[in-house]
Amino acid sequence: MHELSVCLSLLEQVQAIAAQHHATAVERILLRIGPLSGVEATLLANAYPLAAAGTIAEHAVLDIESMPVQVHCNDCGADSQAEPNRLLCADCGSWRTRLVSGDEMLLANLELTVPETDRSHADGEATEPDRLL
Amino acid sequence: MCDTCGCNITPGNEHLVTGGGAHARTKDGRAAVEVMQGLLDANDQQAVHNRQHFDAHGVLALNLMSSPGAGKTSLLEATIDALAGELRIAVIEGDLETENDAERIRAHGVPAVQIATGSACHLDAHMVHDALHRLDLDGIDLLFIENVGNLVCPASFDLGQHRNLTLLSVPEGDDKPAKYPVMFRAADLVLLTKTDLLPLLDDFDPDRAERFLRQLATDVPFLRLSVRGGVGIAPWLDWLRAELAEHRERIARGEQRRPAIQPDGALLHEAATKSGGIGGRGHHHHEAGYGHAHVHPPMQGG
Repeated sequence: MHELSVCLSLLEQVQAIAAQHHATAVERILLRIGPLSGVEATLLANAYPLAAAGTIAEHAVLDIESMPVQVHCNDCGADSQAEPNRLLCADCGSWRTRLVSGDEMLLANLELTVPETDRSHADGEATEPDRLL
Repeated sequence: MCDTCGCNITPGNEHLVTGGGAHARTKDGRAAVEVMQGLLDANDQQAVHNRQHFDAHGVLALNLMSSPGAGKTSLLEATIDALAGELRIAVIEGDLETENDAERIRAHGVPAVQIATGSACHLDAHMVHDALHRLDLDGIDLLFIENVGNLVCPASFDLGQHRNLTLLSVPEGDDKPAKYPVMFRAADLVLLTKTDLLPLLDDFDPDRAERFLRQLATDVPFLRLSVRGGVGIAPWLDWLRAELAEHRERIARGEQRRPAIQPDGALLHEAATKSGGIGGRGHHHHEAGYGHAHVHPPMQGG
């Protein structure tokens, strides 16, 4: 149950990026989560309203893209889908595989409302490091 | 964050400070910002900083993870006694409450710092950083970080350790690697503990446990031992000696060791470092529009 701390960390990043772009609201947040990241998408979505309450991202839509578990076989070279607890090559059955996708825990994309008057400002050299860290 | 040593601006977050550039627009006029940043970015930066601390002092940091009661503290007690006079050891203990484990370790004559996490189910890099200020790293060869007993959450948080050790004790059952793949996949070494109980718990098959481990596409050592029975300790001590020697050689060559499997954030930081700056850590702007499954936030207060 560490999804709330993951959410709080996410909100810190979102607020920093929104401040950098002088946004007045965060409309949409896109995450990419793989089952081998150790984070559960539904629990993250449950924790989000608690973490986001009172922030600039309070009304943002949280979209979570579930990433497939995919492996590359070091023995036969095949790429195949796998189960999180069975990362075997679907072609030759070897366990000598490398995970290609499935352990992502990424903030991929944000959609912000940026007022017209701030656009030129935000498009320039935005530097407010003390608010970002 | 540590604001005193200049570590707060890293290749990983530099783009946030120096970034800019034109916004792409979605159809309804919103600014679309591509980020591609690990969700635990602040933790990952702190972990990189911790690892630099360890390397500067030649310390090998090992993260011990298991379910509660698998025998982490007992293993440490036996290890401290066996390596007395040979290697200098210190321990950071993570538990929700009590100083019990730190007191057990101190009774064996080595420094121990207890982190009481309250209700937190894992240690994070900031907690470990705070604990480091209470240890003299110059007097240490091996630093064991005994994580909160939990087979789920600790696997997701980089502490700055060089190696992950996961314990599986016989009473837990031999299918734990299949049930908790994230944890066992993160291990650089898996220790099967309490093997003295195998005659009593004869439904536990060590070979089957190892097969479940291999199905996670990992070839890490699987060592079987019993602290109470004094069996299988020597190969574990040899592993520690070899890891420390290799660690010191790498430091001498200016290289850094990391656990074999790392959370996404750590990989992104590594990519940014390798590419010499912000290039590996893109902060691009483009039109939104991915095909993806939606997970809708539920109604609040439901």
